[in-house]
Amino acid sequence: MSAQLAAYSTSTGEAFQFWVLGTIAVIGALCTVFMKKAVHSALCLAGTMIILAVFYLANGAYFLGIVQIVVYTGAIMMLFLFVVMLVGVTAADSLKETIKGQRWLALLCGLGFAVLLFAGIGNASLSEFNGLAQANANGNVEGLAALLFTKYVFAFEITGALLITAAVGAMVLTHRERTERAKTQRELAEERVRKGTHLPPLPAPGVYARHNAVDIAGLLPDGTPSELTVSKTLRERGQVRDVSTEAINDLKALEQRAEERLQRTNSGEAAK
Amino acid sequence: MNPVNYLYLAALLFTIGATGVLIRRNAIVVFMCIELMLNACNLSLVAFSRMHGNLDGQIIAFFTMVVAAAEVVVGLAIIVSLFRSRHSASVDDASLMKL
Repeated sequence: MSAQLAAYSTSTGEAFQFWVLGTIAVIGALCTVFMKKAVHSALCLAGTMIILAVFYLANGAYFLGIVQIVVYTGAIMMLFLFVVMLVGVTAADSLKETIKGQRWLALLCGLGFAVLLFAGIGNASLSEFNGLAQANANGNVEGLAALLFTKYVFAFEITGALLITAAVGAMVLTHRERTERAKTQRELAEERVRKGTHLPPLPAPGVYARHNAVDIAGLLPDGTPSELTVSKTLRERGQVRDVSTEAINDLKALEQRAEERLQRTNSGEAAK
Repeated sequence: MNPVNYLYLAALLFTIGATGVLIRRNAIVVFMCIELMLNACNLSLVAFSRMHGNLDGQIIAFFTMVVAAAEVVVGLAIIVSLFRSRHSASVDDASLMKL
């Protein structure tokens, strides 16, 4: 009876796991698409991938479940995060549509595609299933290895060639040959003296006793921020935070507080 | 519960990924959506493997993972070199092969 039942249904525990984790996976996928910042998208995607790994384990694909965690969440998502850091975390998407109505059309296409897929799956006669008990009898990894090194050995070897090509390709794409010799420190100093525009080292960022963050321009005596103090990379990305008005207001408030306090202590002393 | 539900979940994730590719403009996020689609395919392959009671589906999913890893390496390298030449990771800006 139970064997017959197993032919078209899974255990209640697995059903519960499917509905709970499946919901979270879909939410994670939606967040991947709709989060504004790339870092948040990457983290949501990592969560979805871990849940998919649990589903692989539940489906009897023990090897793939572990590989999913190690390769996808461990390696690929970390690679994504590295590139996000490299390209600029705060480089948010422009929300302006270049093609009018493209977003709604895309959503409509997605909806139509979903209906198509669901109808296809619904029409297929997939009412019963054979579990993996027989295929996994000698262990999942052994079963996979037996197939991989006999039936699929040619594809497996081509995969090796593909990986080598990818590694070489990535190196070729990101490596840049230096066309000229790097200038030494002495040459740089001499060049600076010859130009005569700015001899001493550049001033440091931050406002004394208030902010020491590198993205905050130092203030000149008259309270205007000096662009020179912030590093060139941040200036180019437009990530300089301007605190001059804030700083002046803070200073005013501080002076006022000090005034009040002084007066109070003065009056306190007078009362004595 | 019938394991066909795994196929429905995979279809849903694939659709979300495809819609994301169409909607988003940031090249990195577009790439993540492609990864989501690949993962959805893997889920359906693993579910098929269980339905048919043999391991061929899992082998194909394994190959998909390898190809995805190679694809990510090259794709991210392209994004980095695009960002270097254009100072932007938007897919709208990359309209020419050369600067």
